[in-house]
Amino acid sequence: MTYRRYVVTIVALTLLLVLLALACLVFGSVDIPVGSITDILTGKGSGNKAWDIIILQSRIPMIATAALAGAALSISGLLLQTTFNNPLAGPSILGVSSGAGLGVAIVILALGGSLGGFFGESMGSYMAVLVGALLGAGVVLAVLIAFSAIVRSNTMLLIIGILVSYLTSSVVQLLNSVATEEGVHNYVSWGFGNFSGVSVAQMPIYAGVIILALIGSALMVKPLNALLLGARYARNLGINVSRTRNILLIITGVLTAVVTAFCGPIGFIGLVVPHIARMSLGTSNHSRLVPATILAGADIALLCAVASVNSPHGIIPINAITPIIGVPIILYIILNRRRIQYFN
Amino acid sequence: MNKKNTIFQTRELAVGYRNGKSEVTLLRGLNLSLEKGKLVALLGQNGAGKSTLLRALTCDERPLAGTVEVNGKNLHDMSQKDRSRLIGLVSTERIQAGALTVTELVGLGRQPHTGFLGRLDDEDRQIVHQAMVDSGIIGKANDYMASLSDGERQKAMIARALAQQTPIIILDEPTAFLDVASRIETMRLLQTLAHDRSKAVLLSSHDISQSLMLADELWLITTDRQVITGTPSDLVAAGTMDRLFENRDIHFNPSILDYSF
Repeated sequence: MTYRRYVVTIVALTLLLVLLALACLVFGSVDIPVGSITDILTGKGSGNKAWDIIILQSRIPMIATAALAGAALSISGLLLQTTFNNPLAGPSILGVSSGAGLGVAIVILALGGSLGGFFGESMGSYMAVLVGALLGAGVVLAVLIAFSAIVRSNTMLLIIGILVSYLTSSVVQLLNSVATEEGVHNYVSWGFGNFSGVSVAQMPIYAGVIILALIGSALMVKPLNALLLGARYARNLGINVSRTRNILLIITGVLTAVVTAFCGPIGFIGLVVPHIARMSLGTSNHSRLVPATILAGADIALLCAVASVNSPHGIIPINAITPIIGVPIILYIILNRRRIQYFN
Repeated sequence: MNKKNTIFQTRELAVGYRNGKSEVTLLRGLNLSLEKGKLVALLGQNGAGKSTLLRALTCDERPLAGTVEVNGKNLHDMSQKDRSRLIGLVSTERIQAGALTVTELVGLGRQPHTGFLGRLDDEDRQIVHQAMVDSGIIGKANDYMASLSDGERQKAMIARALAQQTPIIILDEPTAFLDVASRIETMRLLQTLAHDRSKAVLLSSHDISQSLMLADELWLITTDRQVITGTPSDLVAAGTMDRLFENRDIHFNPSILDYSF
């Protein structure tokens, strides 16, 4: 019974989320006893100021950042896959992440070296970065919509996405050649991807925007399901296809831009997680797929976060971990596409 | 023709395609009508304009001129939502629904009637069940679409259109990829739906003999781009069938209800 499978999957993904969050809390580059962590969380304090700060201002924000980023990128991937009717679509492969990255780079270089660290201390400068990312992602999505009307082939659209990525990265490199050394350093370390870039003060905006967009995606399950049948059937079912497509791409753009601005251009999560969700649920029905994708995305991102901060040789960039998880899954899907129901 | 059963009508309709700024008209001056309870087959050569005509009738394309009316109201002036309650569509487009069960797929047909999130209530589920019974696919209700044969898949798509509860069903080559047994089954099913459920059913087809045997009326697109309508027996008697392939070296043979050399 598929409903039972849905309940089991959701419960399992939720338990995993709790476990991974606890792991992120307990394990890190600094050893903090579990008892002290409990004391810090219950407000008593551990008596060690550094520990208090690590838990409250580093690990907890990182857990929230990672979980929301994973959910956001995964939903972006799901919406792109359904909108473009393309199982290999995702925010990074279609160049949406690099578009957002280009926006970020332009804002940073326009603001000069005046930014302390990647994000300035002022609200204004990091809002500017966010707007840059939104505009960059928006331009790439507009390009994709324009091309998808002309080229009907799925593969061609993926290639266009990859070309867009090349183009944006060459523009970024040209910008870098005129940028300050500090700016370049900031940009390069941002490109590695990390979940520690959202401070407690920035969290309300980061979390607020992502949660709103995720709720928005959950409200789109009816047209998303209609789109499984293609544009003509969707129209016949009363769906305004072009409006629906625009709403879905705006949600995608917002989710990808916010995550990219704060965490860097993170690959593979958006592409892979919708497939994990479909395969574990055994359905393409979005009313089940959306919650499962959100949870599985948060799980995968937390797994990457745990792996990233627990190396004996310092922090491993997130983008060094996501391909190790993502590539085998994509290969499995490509090799088994005849057997997997949703391809047939 | 019994006018009171007419539900669907075109007035001076012209269809074709726009190529940049220029318009190419394939068919013009069409005054066609569909009646409740009748199965109509649209026949014509490849490229004659069958799909183009159907796309105009289902509002997937704006006509070059004229109107399409349902119950006297211009279809192209209605909202998408209102149209979705009048015309159910079965097309040959590839769908991504392999991982939906037949019940889930047929349930999508309820979308014009459900709320914002598309949840089905008991009545919706009852209608979905009945649509699967009527289409003869109830035995596969819990199977994945991916596991069905082409013929079963087509039945599921027809059930989906039935669940939509529209008075008109339009099908673009519903038998195109089917073997002969499934073709006949599908045509019989559509005939039953028209006669017993009082639907107006229009389908395009390449199956001359089955259309002649099972359709109540034919719309023939002739080689010189006229659309001639009538009952199969009248059209055969008038020799109209030979105008379908005038440029080819074949002739209609009434004794086999098909073309031969």
